[in-house]
Amino acid sequence: MKEATGCTCAGVVDEVELMRRLDSIIEENRDKPGALIPVLQQAQAVFGHLPENVLKRISLGMGKPYSEVAGVVSFYSFFSTVPRGRHVIRVCLGTACYVRGGKQVLEAIKGKLGIDVGQTTEDRLFTLEVARCFGACGLAPTVAVDDTVYKRVRPARVSEILDAYRTEGSARKGASHAA
Amino acid sequence: MPALTIDLKPVEVPEGATVLDAARKAGVRIPTLCYLENVQAIGACRLCLVEIEGARTLVTSCVMPATDGMKVHTHTKRVRDARRTVLELLLSEHAGDCQTCDRNNDCELQAVAHELGIKEIRYAGEKPAPGSDASTPGIVRDNGKCIKCRRCVTACGQIQAVGTLFPQFRGFKTQIAPAFGKDLSSVACVQCGQCAAVCPVGAIVEKSSIDKVWAALEDKTKTVVVQTAPAVRASLGECFGYPPGTLVTGKMVAALRRLGFATVFDTNFTADLTIIEEGMELLSRLKKALKDKQAVAIPQFTSCSPGWIRFVEYFHPDLIPNLSTCKSPQQMFGAIAKTYWAKKVGKKAEDIYVVSIMPCHAKKSEAERPEMRSSGVQDVDAALTTRELARMIKQAGIDFDSLPDETVDRILGTSTGAADIFANSGGVMEAALRTAWEVITGKPLPFVNLHVDPLSGLEGIKEAAIPVTGTVPEWSFLEGATLKVAVASGLGNAQKLVERIKSGAASYHFVEVMTCPGGCIGGGGQPRMTTNEVRKKRLAAMYKEDEGKKLRKSHDNPKIKQIYGEFLGMPLGEKSHHLLHTTYVKRDRA
Repeated sequence: MKEATGCTCAGVVDEVELMRRLDSIIEENRDKPGALIPVLQQAQAVFGHLPENVLKRISLGMGKPYSEVAGVVSFYSFFSTVPRGRHVIRVCLGTACYVRGGKQVLEAIKGKLGIDVGQTTEDRLFTLEVARCFGACGLAPTVAVDDTVYKRVRPARVSEILDAYRTEGSARKGASHAA
Repeated sequence: MPALTIDLKPVEVPEGATVLDAARKAGVRIPTLCYLENVQAIGACRLCLVEIEGARTLVTSCVMPATDGMKVHTHTKRVRDARRTVLELLLSEHAGDCQTCDRNNDCELQAVAHELGIKEIRYAGEKPAPGSDASTPGIVRDNGKCIKCRRCVTACGQIQAVGTLFPQFRGFKTQIAPAFGKDLSSVACVQCGQCAAVCPVGAIVEKSSIDKVWAALEDKTKTVVVQTAPAVRASLGECFGYPPGTLVTGKMVAALRRLGFATVFDTNFTADLTIIEEGMELLSRLKKALKDKQAVAIPQFTSCSPGWIRFVEYFHPDLIPNLSTCKSPQQMFGAIAKTYWAKKVGKKAEDIYVVSIMPCHAKKSEAERPEMRSSGVQDVDAALTTRELARMIKQAGIDFDSLPDETVDRILGTSTGAADIFANSGGVMEAALRTAWEVITGKPLPFVNLHVDPLSGLEGIKEAAIPVTGTVPEWSFLEGATLKVAVASGLGNAQKLVERIKSGAASYHFVEVMTCPGGCIGGGGQPRMTTNEVRKKRLAAMYKEDEGKKLRKSHDNPKIKQIYGEFLGMPLGEKSHHLLHTTYVKRDRA
């Protein structure tokens, strides 16, 4: 049995069931050109991260060398091969966000959570990552938590944003969805 | 036909040609690193930059299509400065150590730095961590030396359809490596060494066995015998300035004696032996299938090429029953030298040290397989590539050019022309047909000069259908049948052929596969660079060697008759089974 950390049902799902979902993702995409990245994205949504056995199954299922699958996974910062927290925080350090204080926001989050970039809090609630651009430069600096993008984040607002995730289901103020 | 000028020189090129092609035709040299004829043109290294009148920026000539009226300048100050910057940036990240590098004096990066007149490297910066991976028997990789040209990625993924190497990670941290930068030993690598054959620098090389062999040669308790694969005699000369395709058989034997090998034998002997065993195995499969109506795996695939064996074990384990159970000539030699010959000279297997000279990285790996200990100890102790032998000859101060022609020693040196052509794609098949046909019909193979022309040459997949007539009574069940055979070289071609066979689109009785394009003459351990022009010359040399032999059919080799009489008994007999045949294992590819 395994906890499905990235899964919206947030329940306990059987490993066999997860693999069944993976197989159907592979099946739907097998013959589509350029389908490797979408398959990896969907697989990460199912498993929360991309462990070795999942990547090898994708490699065999898609008929792509394992080195190529690994090459794509290790190229994009979006993909993770290690388990991540329930919520993934991505601080944008693209040009616009960087010049408008993204670095300071990142430092504030690091301080608040006591972890570095790429790490996960001990309670497995948060993983901290940096991103290159969400396409919301007009709202800089931005921070995304899971699929929710927060605009014009100030270091002082960091606690408020994070605290909303500590109590599941609470209202997340100030959130706006990026296109 | 676009007409353009290269440095004011008019030149016409066929449609689809690049500016680089046009420059070569015009006799203008443009430096390149990532480009490799017939293999890769991706404009990655930026060294082939040229100036085209009217273009805003410099362009990479290896991917720029030549168009009508184009005016190209290849060596203006702007071009020279840009190339120098590109090269200095490459060198700033290259952990070269030229003096101690395997590729010292044989390095494309070194040569191009000399050509461009680099006197200083203005950009000092971080260098990638040198990560030497010597985890496999055949290949050593060093990320610190890699210039990320991706030639090996194309060779491994496209030409060989293996895909062990691929760019991993990103930006400065990019590595050309197995998945996640893991060791080669932990992933599916067939050890063919085509990556090392195309590497422009010292980032991928063979794992050297030279020190081991020197130590054995100086060990008074060992009798050191050497065998040379047929392909080596057509390429070794290139390491000493001879043109490709020069046969140096006699000088090679002389050099081996001067290096201190007590006895100089020839893998050709066991190539002949392979033909007897593998030919009889094929006929026995055909008999079971066609006469006795038993279930038996057809087609039979050849098993001489250890990269192909690993390819089947990783990617097509369902075809393992189709692989001939015959060991490769290298391994048959080791087993025979340490049993039959050992007894003849009154030695024990452990007192004999067998060295083989091979055009190949995979032979190093094959020698270390646990199955290859039929004599009670490791049958082949060390396998050297053609390049390593050349290095030893140089280390010993032997003036190759002035060596006399000498001949190999008796018994395990005697061979026929059929063995020579084992070096060529199509050669094992032709050699097998020369013998099998005579067994079936009692007459020589009915082709001019014994050559099966449709099976020779550089074509990736070749086939022939030979109607069987005039059979002797024992094989009369084959009368009127058509013997269908196919030949593939390069694992990418083998993959295509296997797919055709599995889908039922094609069917054969016997299939020869050689791992490297063109066969062993294009092996990963051969002198660099092996272009198609070089391949053609080496192929022609081996056919010439074959035609120069008095005996050209394996079954005519008197020493083969002798070994069956004195020792082995009969083909596919109990002793053969123990010494000359082997088993294979299924391996996980991911």
